[in-house]
Amino acid sequence: MRIKTLSRSSDEFTRERSQDLQRVFHNFDPSLRPMEKAVEYQRALKAAKLEKIFARPFIGAMDGHRDGVSCMAKNPNYLKGIFSASMDGDIRLWDISSRRTVCQFPGHQGAVRGLTASTDGNVLVSCGTDCTVRLWNVPRPTLEDSSVSSENIIKPSAEYVWKNAFWAVDHQFEGDLFATAGAQLDIWNHNRAQPVQSFQWGTDSVISVRFNPGEPDILATSASDRSITIYDLRMSSAARRIIMMTKTNSIAWNPMEPMNLTAANEDGNCYSFDGRKLDEAKCVHKDHVSAVMDIDFSPTGREFVTGSYDRSVRIFPYNGGHSREIYHTKRMQRVFCVKYSCDATYVISGSDDTNLRLWKAKASEQLGVILPREQKKHEYNEAVKNRYKHLPEVKRIVRHRHLPKPIYKALGVIRAVNDSKRRKEERRKAHSAPGTIVTKPLRQRRIIKEVE
Amino acid sequence: MELSSEDNNLTDKVLPPVEQESDVELETKVKKYLRGEGANLETLEDKKLKTHLASREKLYGKSAKAAAKIEKWLLPAEAGYLETDGLEKTWRVKQTDIANEVDLLSSRNQYDIVLPDFGPYRLDFTASGRHMLAGGRKGHIALVDMMSMNLIKEIQVRETVRDVAFLHNEQFFAAAQKKYAYIYGRDGTELHCLKERGPVARLQFLKNHFLLASVNKSGQLHYQDVTYGGMVASIRTGKGRTDVMEVNPYNGVVALGHSGGTVTMWKPTSQAPLVQMQCHPGPVSSVAFHPNGHLMATSGKERKIKIWDLRKFEEIQTIHGFHAKTLSFSQKGLLAAGTGSFVQILGDSSGGSSHNYSRYMNHPMVKGYQIEKLMFRPYEDVIGIGHSMGWSSILIPGSGEPNFDSWVANPFETSKQRREKEVHMLLDKLPPETIMLDPSKIGAMRPSRRKEKPSRGEIEAEKEVAIEAAKSTELKNKTKGRNKPSKRTKKKKEMVENAKRTFPEQGHNTTLKKRRIGEDAAAELPTSLKRFARKN
Repeated sequence: MRIKTLSRSSDEFTRERSQDLQRVFHNFDPSLRPMEKAVEYQRALKAAKLEKIFARPFIGAMDGHRDGVSCMAKNPNYLKGIFSASMDGDIRLWDISSRRTVCQFPGHQGAVRGLTASTDGNVLVSCGTDCTVRLWNVPRPTLEDSSVSSENIIKPSAEYVWKNAFWAVDHQFEGDLFATAGAQLDIWNHNRAQPVQSFQWGTDSVISVRFNPGEPDILATSASDRSITIYDLRMSSAARRIIMMTKTNSIAWNPMEPMNLTAANEDGNCYSFDGRKLDEAKCVHKDHVSAVMDIDFSPTGREFVTGSYDRSVRIFPYNGGHSREIYHTKRMQRVFCVKYSCDATYVISGSDDTNLRLWKAKASEQLGVILPREQKKHEYNEAVKNRYKHLPEVKRIVRHRHLPKPIYKALGVIRAVNDSKRRKEERRKAHSAPGTIVTKPLRQRRIIKEVE
Repeated sequence: MELSSEDNNLTDKVLPPVEQESDVELETKVKKYLRGEGANLETLEDKKLKTHLASREKLYGKSAKAAAKIEKWLLPAEAGYLETDGLEKTWRVKQTDIANEVDLLSSRNQYDIVLPDFGPYRLDFTASGRHMLAGGRKGHIALVDMMSMNLIKEIQVRETVRDVAFLHNEQFFAAAQKKYAYIYGRDGTELHCLKERGPVARLQFLKNHFLLASVNKSGQLHYQDVTYGGMVASIRTGKGRTDVMEVNPYNGVVALGHSGGTVTMWKPTSQAPLVQMQCHPGPVSSVAFHPNGHLMATSGKERKIKIWDLRKFEEIQTIHGFHAKTLSFSQKGLLAAGTGSFVQILGDSSGGSSHNYSRYMNHPMVKGYQIEKLMFRPYEDVIGIGHSMGWSSILIPGSGEPNFDSWVANPFETSKQRREKEVHMLLDKLPPETIMLDPSKIGAMRPSRRKEKPSRGEIEAEKEVAIEAAKSTELKNKTKGRNKPSKRTKKKKEMVENAKRTFPEQGHNTTLKKRRIGEDAAAELPTSLKRFARKN
């Protein structure tokens, strides 16, 4: 006869000294945890509510410009700094942590339309409506600089005058070429006073330009004839071109998937394309009510931020049709430029009311150093909320955002208009011979044609 | 081609048979942790959703495998067992034999506490098995720490005590006394007197919902939330007085056993029972639930114990022999039945889905002891017996869960851990609407069904509610001689009639078939006389 009974001696299950941690034993058997799904659902509900309680995305505003902020540039080597330029020719370098100006770069006579930094962070290129391109030497940031409140005034290291006003500038990722957009697309070298290469197509001006992060010789531009063109510097003419129904204000390449680009369009939508196949959009991101002015991708490649003429900043997932988050303030007027910070934590928006605003990318995130236990708790809350986010009560809380009244009303109007269009289309289809009326999918509807 | 197939056969045989067996074992464990079947992704048309769900299913598989491996290698203790060899049978093993074989710490768990003056004792254990509450019928209530065998507090309430129950931890307990139920703190101070319930016969506490459920002498079921004291539901069962009440730990439904042999299951949000099962021809003596929620054991006065499968509501097994006054399931699935002064433990001889309960152990007690309540102690191989001369405890190897989880129930809790656990339990408190027969339905898709007609019980309940509402509406106070009492009563009667009229008579729904007189008569006649029925 063999008998064994459970006997637990307390010294195996309790700590030896009071300085030790308490002992914890795990048994993951589901039969010890009745009603676990209900408990998880309650936790998901509480996690959603807590997230809303801690959602305070606005950190601060950077005040200093005297006219609306027209463009911004970030320096990939220096996380704390951001360049911004305004409509009266004032260029500043800001220190984000103290939200103060570190250097000023005066010199432009008119509005500064484009701002970009070279990849090593030493040279800042700016272009404006006064038909000049200026190159500046960015001072090396030292510890003294950030603590001293006096601002430095830097003189330009080079000033190139050209024939027409410029609309945008972008620097190559690996190399020392930069491209300007104006009456035509010009490629410049740092040391030359004249463009090295020029691309022209038709008579319309090019309004934005962006180099590909993966391929140093490929760039995408958008022109005022509602087209998006992809150029290869090694060829003498454009590689691909599509014409859409409305003009594209800005383009951004996905840093993690460099063949994909997203275009911020005048009709309030953002269109993601595969650069190799431009005849159909991969995804249409709809949520803005008015023209989307600027777009920037997060360094993770999973999200992008857009600023729009309707006074709001939205954050979209890279493959999702609707925005995950909207930021707005009564004091923020038309947003002209947005940037996602290089550590994927902050979003900076520059708007018409002369302020740059600093927001958190995740509204309820706890900034600063987080203890491992806190981190685990946050991850658990996130996971359990995502598991039950389809249930109506949780969804209602997670989805809820306060919208400013003009945007809310405009969304209602847009919805009514689209519904009636759709109904009319359905009725037309129902009353005509099958196959005669074909609805184009939304991904193709806004593209007129592809031109070689 | 034939050579290659032979090669394959050889490679199969190369794996040692022990490895193969452990793979099979691991498979069964993984199944337990997977908690059901994966979703069928073939029917989905949305590609994004399909890929997303496929990656999620893979993650579930990985985590189930990891949990199975942890169970295999990392758990500190193994379950107890009692194995006999040869002709010896397990039920012939006495407690004295066990005491000889087992270590000192375990043999301390075998004892008899004789308290002859205070009547039959009812027991309750906390979830971790560390504290025990014993309530004698003549008013003696004792709170004992089982690990140190320390009497924490004993009080004499000088009234009949019909049942005792712990609340969420050992700091609070409830006692059903002569006229009302009372809630006491750990040091014996009376905290609350629950007057609304009337004279309570049985008390049960639902841990996840913080609901104190009780059934009183007139058969009314009350649910009260102990966190804020509000009465969540008071349900008139309509089946008369009953002494048999158990909570199913798997889904939180309360089962009552009635004198007509039916077992009804209740949830606080409905006035009609969830399930009504006719279990026995005579009164039901006792009901017990298996911790996995699928098995229910009931015993009736006709000396049968029946084991039911709650998924199909079918009887699996009947055990003949004795009238079990009290039944209890252990964490590992052993069933204890107590009658008179005799305790019998039945064990599940076949594992898996088919259940076959057979004799495992016996314990005859001193002839004078009448067993009042049996309860297995959680996480220990011990059963507590409350009887007319006090309480006892005996060893049953293999009945307790060997490995506890500190976050679920910790027998070695410090006071700081207890306080934190209380806060976490309150944060995770479930609303009473989550009590349902199948708790895994939460988060699942509800199949769309056509509008079903409400059942008769529900219609009756709704009708009663409407009539109550009509009766309690306040009539406007009319002036200038228009407020005659006769007119007021007439108006009130009219309102009640209107409320009743909205519910059509039950009889009208069934379509009356027009039958010929001859056919009617033929149907009513017994078979031997059918040839004399008039034929048309």
